[in-house]
Amino acid sequence: MIVYLVRRFGQSLLAVIAMAVLVFVGVYAIGNPVDVLISPEATQSDIAATTERLGLDKPLWQQFGIFVGNAVQGDLGTSFVYGRPALNIILERLPATLELAVVALMLSVGLGVPLGIWAGLRPESIAGRTIMGGSILGFSLPNFWQGMLLILVFAVLLGWLPAGGRGETTEFLGMQVSFLTLDGLSHLILPAINLALFKMSLIIRLTRANTREVVLQDYVKFARAKGLSGRRVVMVHILKNIMIPVITIIGLELGSMLAFAIVTETVFAWPGMGKLLIDSINLLDRPVIVAYLMLTVLIIVTINFVVDVIYSLLDPRIRLSEMRG
Amino acid sequence: MTNTTNTPAPQSVEPAAPVRIDSPAMRVAKEFIEDPVAVIGLVLFLAIAFIAIAAPWLAPQNPYDLAQLDIMDGGLPPGETSFAGDVYWMGTDQQGRDMISAIMYGLRVSLLVASVSLGLAITIGTIIGVTAAYFGGRIDSFIMRVVDLQLSFPAILIALILLALLGRGVDKVILALVLVQWAYYARTVRSSAIVERRKDYIDAAQCLALSNRRIMFRHLLPNCVPPLIVVATVQIAQAIALEATLSFLGVGVPITEPSLGLLIANGYDYLLSGRYWVSLFPGIALVLTIIAINVVGDRLRDVLNPRLQK
Repeated sequence: MIVYLVRRFGQSLLAVIAMAVLVFVGVYAIGNPVDVLISPEATQSDIAATTERLGLDKPLWQQFGIFVGNAVQGDLGTSFVYGRPALNIILERLPATLELAVVALMLSVGLGVPLGIWAGLRPESIAGRTIMGGSILGFSLPNFWQGMLLILVFAVLLGWLPAGGRGETTEFLGMQVSFLTLDGLSHLILPAINLALFKMSLIIRLTRANTREVVLQDYVKFARAKGLSGRRVVMVHILKNIMIPVITIIGLELGSMLAFAIVTETVFAWPGMGKLLIDSINLLDRPVIVAYLMLTVLIIVTINFVVDVIYSLLDPRIRLSEMRG
Repeated sequence: MTNTTNTPAPQSVEPAAPVRIDSPAMRVAKEFIEDPVAVIGLVLFLAIAFIAIAAPWLAPQNPYDLAQLDIMDGGLPPGETSFAGDVYWMGTDQQGRDMISAIMYGLRVSLLVASVSLGLAITIGTIIGVTAAYFGGRIDSFIMRVVDLQLSFPAILIALILLALLGRGVDKVILALVLVQWAYYARTVRSSAIVERRKDYIDAAQCLALSNRRIMFRHLLPNCVPPLIVVATVQIAQAIALEATLSFLGVGVPITEPSLGLLIANGYDYLLSGRYWVSLFPGIALVLTIIAINVVGDRLRDVLNPRLQK
């Protein structure tokens, strides 16, 4: 087990380093880094001083060392727009994104699994076909387009829900959250549905395929033959056996939810870190961009690491094959 | 899988059926047309591709020639008659641009970006995948580590990183799409090539002392094509959607060459004030394109899957 952990941790570290190199090369080596790192209004002496301070006259590998050294201490530069450390600005926006992602994940599992089981139990019924058709639309239509349709229907035409923003927030576990007030909740519904639709479609398809296989197994037939209620067969015998692959997918997709949140937050003007990234790109606020990328990479790599470790605990075959490979 | 009929297929050795054996391409085509939905999808896709290619000759106006635009026609809803007497069936945007023409030109950019990046990504991915499978060992494990590393990050995040650093531009979007997509092809080709690699005909070719390159591309690769076609149809739909998303976010194609995604983004500001058509119609065009490709791809997957063959 320790061999596997060390190996897997090494891979994660390698992933972070690879992305750091990519971001570093992108920001420091392409174009003039001074233009990128200092605000355009800086005077000539400012530029000379910053070049000196950032060590931009040194060879590239030494500069990379400085970049990594600062990054490890949490110093990813100062935002031009806000004039404060870039990392702090992003961390302030993190709760909004987390709230959106968690609610969306709960929606996609809470609706996706039952719908998938339903479609898997009756694949030829009208309901089953409708669910499948909907799930195909759910992941073939671009995310931002689904969000716009939601706004068009529920905010513009029907006027039931607000089109953007976060609404009233309250303090919860030291974070500002929307879901505890009625106003906040009404702002949260559409973006959460938008972010959930893609994952929900994946979960529906996965659950349906697994259900169709599990229903044919002898233990399900036996449970039915024992005279158990249909409800008990589904809730205990089928659900338990389809959850393992579903949980894996949920874990792996959690990281990509952060990336998808960029789109949803932009469409719904949700003040999370994804919206901040797009705003920063438009304002050329490069330190914030760099800080966002490094933080997101770190989060995704950590999630993948944790999921793999949990999965190897559940399924010894994986860690054995990894050890040999 | 595009062998011609003059080479006798191995099945013909069996004495049972004296029926003429179709080439694999013919068999695929025959099975494909058995599903009417797939045929509709294919026809729709071909029509869209034709519109995109022929846009300069089909479009009622050149939407980027300012001389042809009339500001008096700005923001007209669908079906309105213009100042000069033409009917705008899909309305106009704020500058008086006919949305039908804008969509036709937008399709052009969207499909151009997607197909060029598809071609480049397939070429790069295939070469790398076949190389990994053929040589195996350290080369294989190194290449697959890189592929796994890349696939562990969401495609949109990698594309955003690149474009945030490089700036806007059609060439830059293509570069970003190639970089996020080659890994899918490399993995697909490698997994089917590694199975083919163990078969006798590769040993036989090696005994003939053919060059590695010849064996890789003339013997191994043709047998890995079917799964590649399936992945390519899925990926081209993904590429179109990804490009649209990037352009919508403002990091994709430049304002001067708007794709469907950028048209949608431009209209987005007017959506809340009820001028839905500026955004809605480009969106429908985008969605129809993606659905048509997905329907064709689904059918191809069924037809090309050896496990489902009759």
